[in-house]
Amino acid sequence: MAIKVRFFASLREDTGLDHLEIAANDIAQQGITTATDVWMAATRGQPLPAQALCAINRDHAELGAAVNDGDEIAFFPPVTGG
Amino acid sequence: MAVELYPESFEPLQRLANYEATQLPIGSHGACASFIGSMRDFNEGEAVAGMTLEHYPGMTERQLEEIVAEARERWPLLDALICHRIGEIDIGEPIVLTACWSAHRAASFDACRFLMEALKSRATFWKKERLAGGSSRWVEKNTPG
Repeated sequence: MAIKVRFFASLREDTGLDHLEIAANDIAQQGITTATDVWMAATRGQPLPAQALCAINRDHAELGAAVNDGDEIAFFPPVTGG
Repeated sequence: MAVELYPESFEPLQRLANYEATQLPIGSHGACASFIGSMRDFNEGEAVAGMTLEHYPGMTERQLEEIVAEARERWPLLDALICHRIGEIDIGEPIVLTACWSAHRAASFDACRFLMEALKSRATFWKKERLAGGSSRWVEKNTPG
């Protein structure tokens, strides 16, 4: 298993990342327990933008929310549809 | 109810008429309120040439379905429809259609406004504008209603 990480809109462009996976071994070895931990691991320590939002398994979530092996974590800026 | 995303331009009035004709029995409703949002050629004091609308496949559709379900819990609606563009959008093209059908006007009016405001504040869409000068920028916030 792994954690799937996705980036949208300006966060995709700013990080230069579209999607990636964090392997189960790395989740344990790097002590990844929250969405913020996922950001830090996925971006190799890029600063988390103040306006960044996240979703876990396609539901809005807090950045401090717990993540689990098999989750899909997405990072994106505030929405601007309609 | 229906939630539809369009990667190409769509005709909202035609879709509205077609949906009503095929989904709502004749005489079943006394009110239909609808809203159409279109691509304008200015924003934040600058001339805009077009935009790209990005979404989160799977999450966006589900959010829109949840917003419609919430509206149906709050108001006595007979039906509701959300159509939303994604992809490249040119000036003047429709971006979004929301429509609600009910027995009387209050529910349709109020629910239709709710669909738009909920969609704008919750649904995972992001606009990137192409400015007339050739540059582009992400829209960082929605305009007040």
